[in-house]
Amino acid sequence: MSIESFLQTLVYGVFVGGIYGIAAMGLALVFGVLKMLNIAHGELVMLGGYASFWAFSTLGMDPFASLVIVIPALFIVGLALDRTVYRHIVRLLGEEKIKNSLLVSFGLTLVLQNLAQWLFTADERAIQVAYAGEGLNLMGVTMPYTRLGSLLIALLVTLGLNYFLHHTYPGKAILATAEDFEAAELAGINIHRVYMMTFALGAALASIAGTFVTVTYGLSPSIGIIWTLKALIVIVLAGTGSILGAFPAGILLGIVEAVSGAFIGATYREVIGLVIFLLVLILRPQGLFVGKN
Amino acid sequence: MQEITLTQRTKNSFHRWLVPAWIIILILLAVFIPQQVDKQNVWNLFFLICLHISLAQSWNILAGFAGQNSLGHAAFFGIGAWVTRTLWFHGTPFVLAFISGGLAAVVFAMLIGAPTFRLRGAYFAIGTLGVAEVLRITASQNFPLISTMSGSMIATYNLSARYYLALGLAMATTGAAYILLRSPWSLGILAVREDEEAAQATGVHVLRHKLLALSLSSFFAGLAGGVFAFQQISYYPSAPFSPLWTFDSLLITFIGGLGTLAGPLIGAIFFVVVREQLAVNLVEFHQVIFGILFILIVLVFPGGLVEAWERISKSFKRK
Repeated sequence: MSIESFLQTLVYGVFVGGIYGIAAMGLALVFGVLKMLNIAHGELVMLGGYASFWAFSTLGMDPFASLVIVIPALFIVGLALDRTVYRHIVRLLGEEKIKNSLLVSFGLTLVLQNLAQWLFTADERAIQVAYAGEGLNLMGVTMPYTRLGSLLIALLVTLGLNYFLHHTYPGKAILATAEDFEAAELAGINIHRVYMMTFALGAALASIAGTFVTVTYGLSPSIGIIWTLKALIVIVLAGTGSILGAFPAGILLGIVEAVSGAFIGATYREVIGLVIFLLVLILRPQGLFVGKN
Repeated sequence: MQEITLTQRTKNSFHRWLVPAWIIILILLAVFIPQQVDKQNVWNLFFLICLHISLAQSWNILAGFAGQNSLGHAAFFGIGAWVTRTLWFHGTPFVLAFISGGLAAVVFAMLIGAPTFRLRGAYFAIGTLGVAEVLRITASQNFPLISTMSGSMIATYNLSARYYLALGLAMATTGAAYILLRSPWSLGILAVREDEEAAQATGVHVLRHKLLALSLSSFFAGLAGGVFAFQQISYYPSAPFSPLWTFDSLLITFIGGLGTLAGPLIGAIFFVVVREQLAVNLVEFHQVIFGILFILIVLVFPGGLVEAWERISKSFKRK
């Protein structure tokens, strides 16, 4: 493999990894704060993708600009799901909570996927923006604007989330609840409000990933479970409980997948993520971006 | 006083015979109804019920008894189907291919179980979900063509033989679950489900018990896949890896009653009959209904039909 094509593979890995990172961050946030695993997270990515697709095809909005609509839309979907389904699980404790969240969200995956199929049909959709084929060319490495834009926004969102969680009052309330919900409640934090907002925030982050997916790949009602899986692998890589670590871990997964996919063939690329997942669990179960404590 | 114990005793001996009698009646019905009616759709319906009993019971052994939620049961089912069909199509005698399918599923299950069972919480569920999805995607990318039986196989195709294999497997899976519950291992397995730390503290080898439940579970799920591969004339190699197989096992077990022997049986009959009706009338919408039903059962009535029956019969006894 020439240096150029290797660099190209690497750069594409980073681009894909940015989407993984942003998809995983929402899941990690929900997992870290509500202590439940939302298998239906990928379905929220899918719904976000459809929101941006419809904003593009009916209103003619640029997919990146459509985030202004897509994010609030999925935030509301998140609120609704929390009110109808997840608030019943948040009340449970420990293992029971995790188990029930897995089961219920697995069922919800089926519901949302089939609802989407019913509403939007199983057709493959994609967004073709005017600048789709164009991009920067650096030392023989092409960087399409759509992918650069996705990565840049992903980075900005990560930094924004970092600021929000560590430097604003509601953000600190979220972190406090993640740390110790009883102490947080004693300190006067309305933890049920925090849970609701966090879940909706997770859905909003999923919608950003969904928009990037629609611009980069294409969209169909069945993509959800794949994105759940990627997000789960990234979370294990980052270390469960690390919210912002999801971004570098996502990029790492993107690079490893791209490079190894180039060597062993793209059709076996999915296997690599799984092997990494198992290796991390065997060798470093606390995750790569979490210190031992 | 004397009289009460006497009636109690007769009642007990009556009850002791009630369950085996029911089982014998059920088996006789399962053997003879399709034979007597002898219609394609009846054979098919009974086949589907038996296939789902095996698959759901195998999930129940792992999740209901040992408390380990596998979200990728389709992986074991799919591996069983793939190995069985590939070996069988390449000239291996079917019985050998069938058993190899089950064993291959066990090997894969161990690969996932050994690293994830050491950790607490959801890792096993994530791992199994991951394996199932990765296998599905990899199968669809590498074997995109539909897999069809050869002409000579179709010429000698006999649906009733398929059905009796499925029936045998359903009985074997339920029997294995029964034996497991009666074996000295059962206390350890149930203890792991109830409280892992307490089990560990009282000297139960947690990992070993989890792996035992997993190997039994994946073996029978793999065999169920083998039955599927034996019955279907043509299908896409990625089809048995579909998450729907996992979901069906979950839903059936929860409808019937998680952690009970009869649960998967009752659940499978209910599920398959209702699905055949719904799939005709509400083609696109029936999965949504099943999904909502599942969520409601888990949240509101986790005991399923078995618990409902127990409650009803208890309230009658009180009167």
